[in-house]
Amino acid sequence: MSNSELAHPELAGVEVIDDSGDLSRGEVILKGALAAGAVYGTLMVGPYVRRAFAMSGGGDVDILNFALTLEYLESTFYEEAKSRAKAKGELKNLIGMLAGDEKEHVNALTATIKKLGGKPVAEPKFDFPYSDTAGFLRLAQTFEDTGVSAYNGAGPAIESKEVLSAAGSIVQVEARHAAAIRIQNEEEPAPTAFDPTLDETQVRKAVEPFIA
Amino acid sequence: MPKSTEQERPDAATSAAPDRNAIARVAQDPVSRRRFMALTGGSAALAAFLAACGGDSGTSTATSAATTAPSGGGETEQFGKGDVDILNFALTLEYLETAFYADVVSSGLFKGEELKAIEKLGKEESEHVDALTAAVKQLGGKPAPEPKSEFPLENAKAVVELAATVENLGAAAYLGQAANIESPEILASALAIHSVEGRHAATLNLMLGEKITPDGAFAKPADAKTVLESVEPFIVG
Repeated sequence: MSNSELAHPELAGVEVIDDSGDLSRGEVILKGALAAGAVYGTLMVGPYVRRAFAMSGGGDVDILNFALTLEYLESTFYEEAKSRAKAKGELKNLIGMLAGDEKEHVNALTATIKKLGGKPVAEPKFDFPYSDTAGFLRLAQTFEDTGVSAYNGAGPAIESKEVLSAAGSIVQVEARHAAAIRIQNEEEPAPTAFDPTLDETQVRKAVEPFIA
Repeated sequence: MPKSTEQERPDAATSAAPDRNAIARVAQDPVSRRRFMALTGGSAALAAFLAACGGDSGTSTATSAATTAPSGGGETEQFGKGDVDILNFALTLEYLETAFYADVVSSGLFKGEELKAIEKLGKEESEHVDALTAAVKQLGGKPAPEPKSEFPLENAKAVVELAATVENLGAAAYLGQAANIESPEILASALAIHSVEGRHAATLNLMLGEKITPDGAFAKPADAKTVLESVEPFIVG
């Protein structure tokens, strides 16, 4: 499929690299989520994640490790952007704030996974394809919308009420980030009244290319 | 029909001023809960919901993913049909938000791009009303009636401040209920609305030059009692 047919070509160039050569489940699902977003748009990420966890039987530690991988991606992305995005003024301040929030999400998720007796995933390496402020902003918008959609998709699969509440308090912050970045891009901060819930057939059709 | 500020009741303008401290004071007033129940006497479901939440004092303090705070869950089991009551609680809030934006649009305080943005907010809240009404019916419940409301619309800045207060409260309200919802389908719908309320809240905070994330990296929930007491000043008999 050529880039021109993709909903978000900028996502197609994002790489998730694990030096151990042994991708974690969180990394596998994150790669699938990015691919689903690239091809079908960020609104498809939620249904993709939901189905991925429904198929695997889920488990809160697995879901938290997926969220941790996603937060590692965002945290690295904004940390790098402090020097790489060539941002000034208001945007520069926003990037600093976003980097701080995502780092706090990483720390909180790591602590929660340990508390549940799980093993937090190692931090993967990432490669982000952009060369200027506009490219950074486009990718930031897609990542934030992807994050919202991913958390919303995983939510109903979470078993523990405490973990669900914690995920909820993170996703609301991701939604706020998404709105702020969209405004920077002069786009609607809340383009739709809902993340559309797709029926099972639509989800299966969208997800099949990414899950064996 | 445009409503001029002269038509506002003087007490509404003072008691319901968009002042977060005032809202906090109302929230802490134990008399407010009884007043609210009297005001919404027509809605048995809401009254039952509020009664069930009555033992839950204060706002949850869960602020991090590593929280050890006790779960807010369990309260729905006390009266069986938890999801319907949670949906009706959300429906009441969405009715208030929809009515608020409709009043703002007809107030004539906003024009051009600003007016368009407010109309968009109102349209999304009205879609939430429709979705929640349908969900209540689907579960075999009776949708809560639309409350009669009145909002102080003195000037553009005060209106945006009130809008921000309402949207931040709405987002906190959905967050406070997420863990109480039993049905995964209803939870998925509530989460889809919750993040949109978060987007709205951030947008309005930005318009005011305030932080998009007033609680920091982890949004704080609000329990039903706090939320209902906060909106009480806008509900008229």
